[in-house]
Amino acid sequence: MIHIFATEWQPLLQGFGQTLLCSIIALFFSLIIGTMFAIFEIMPNKAMRVIGNIYVEVFRNIPLLVITMFFFVVIPLYVVKISGFAAGTIGLTIYTSAFIAETVRAGIQSVDGGQMEGAQSNGLSFWQAMRHIILPQAFKIVIPPLGNQFINLVKNSSVLAFVAGFDLMYQGNMIANDTLQTMSTFFAVGILYLIITMPLSYYMRHLEKKLA
Amino acid sequence: MKKVGRFMGLFAALALLLVTMTACGSSKALSKQDVLKVDTNANTITWGVKADTKLFGLMNIKTSIDQGFEVDIAKALTKEILGKDGKAIFVPITSSTRVPLLRNGNIDAIIATMTITPERAKQVDFTRSYFNAGQSILVKKGSSIKSVKDLNKKGKVVIGVVGSNSVQNIGKFAPKAKLLQMSDYAQALTALKSGQGDALTTDNGILYGMSADNPGYVVVGGSFTQEPYGIAVNKGQTNFKNRINKALTAIEKDGTYNKILMKWFGNVQGFNYEEMKR
Repeated sequence: MIHIFATEWQPLLQGFGQTLLCSIIALFFSLIIGTMFAIFEIMPNKAMRVIGNIYVEVFRNIPLLVITMFFFVVIPLYVVKISGFAAGTIGLTIYTSAFIAETVRAGIQSVDGGQMEGAQSNGLSFWQAMRHIILPQAFKIVIPPLGNQFINLVKNSSVLAFVAGFDLMYQGNMIANDTLQTMSTFFAVGILYLIITMPLSYYMRHLEKKLA
Repeated sequence: MKKVGRFMGLFAALALLLVTMTACGSSKALSKQDVLKVDTNANTITWGVKADTKLFGLMNIKTSIDQGFEVDIAKALTKEILGKDGKAIFVPITSSTRVPLLRNGNIDAIIATMTITPERAKQVDFTRSYFNAGQSILVKKGSSIKSVKDLNKKGKVVIGVVGSNSVQNIGKFAPKAKLLQMSDYAQALTALKSGQGDALTTDNGILYGMSADNPGYVVVGGSFTQEPYGIAVNKGQTNFKNRINKALTAIEKDGTYNKILMKWFGNVQGFNYEEMKR
């Protein structure tokens, strides 16, 4: 396995970089989009609730690969030309954001309803109350399940391999096919994934201890 | 008592297995016989053909009859070898089953898009090539790319299939192009259709099949590698091999070959009949 690192470090490093980049972008945007739709889902306005529900139910229940293939095949054909990397990252963001929306919604709903009432009767608007009172408490509660989502996101980024996104898995396939050393190649790839997910996992645990 | 009975059963099963395996051993010897003689006596030649390759050998699902260029060539060769009443039997094979089936004597010869390579020539004997295959490129009709040279520029994207020789070759012929490797041909074609790449590269035979299904896409620039398809027979079947070679020369001379070539490839855009005819 060590010789795979020694001889193929260049494509492996490139794949590692692409996987890391895709994960960071997808993590950032899926957190924002997910939180947005979580708020939609519990808003007093019924139309917004419906929009939030539809988004979550649609994207949570379609396989990630199907969403990604859609962005890889259909969007370039009719809308705008995007690369496999972009298609994969967008697919991953949308898919993960639906799960994050559900997680954050659960967090918001576990905050006592009286908090919102109290905030609003003190003159805060719905959005102000959400921003300053509810969300900070909600996030503390949902840190462990959010950590799960983030780790899943990193692992799911291997979907990029199917749309030629040059990620770790894609490079692993190439190397395995070139060298015919499938076992050691995928061992190496597995270790590189661990290098991303283990610190993330420990950081989330640390955050949980610090905030809770 | 029961225990002994079970033991006897096991013993019987082992004995049966032994007998079957010995039988297998003796049938293997069949392939050591002179295939030409056996086939002439039986008035039949059994060919291993593709059942899933458009234009070369494709099983018609409704009639379950194998059709294609290679099937027709095999029929013509059978008639040439055995005379008018000679029967050709077709057995569908895949790339992984073809050599074992040949070794076991289930088929007499393989005519299934098999490229003649030095490594394979160690396992089987090849006849002369019956089709000059080679790597080529498929592009959208009206594309500015006319040959593999046009791909050797920065910013050009070539689509291939993981693990095939063709992706390694394209690195030699167009080193400046970016290479996208998809997991299979269907995906590669989809990627080409959605504009993810400028060209798709693999064996011209497969590309012609894609072009026949998708008239908006054409094979351009001819082939830039030589990967001739040959008929494979068991090692040591020199008589049979020479007879096939002779028959091949005969059908090339009397125009049967060209007729079959025209029948299957005549309507395919980008197919260079003049280059391929014999």
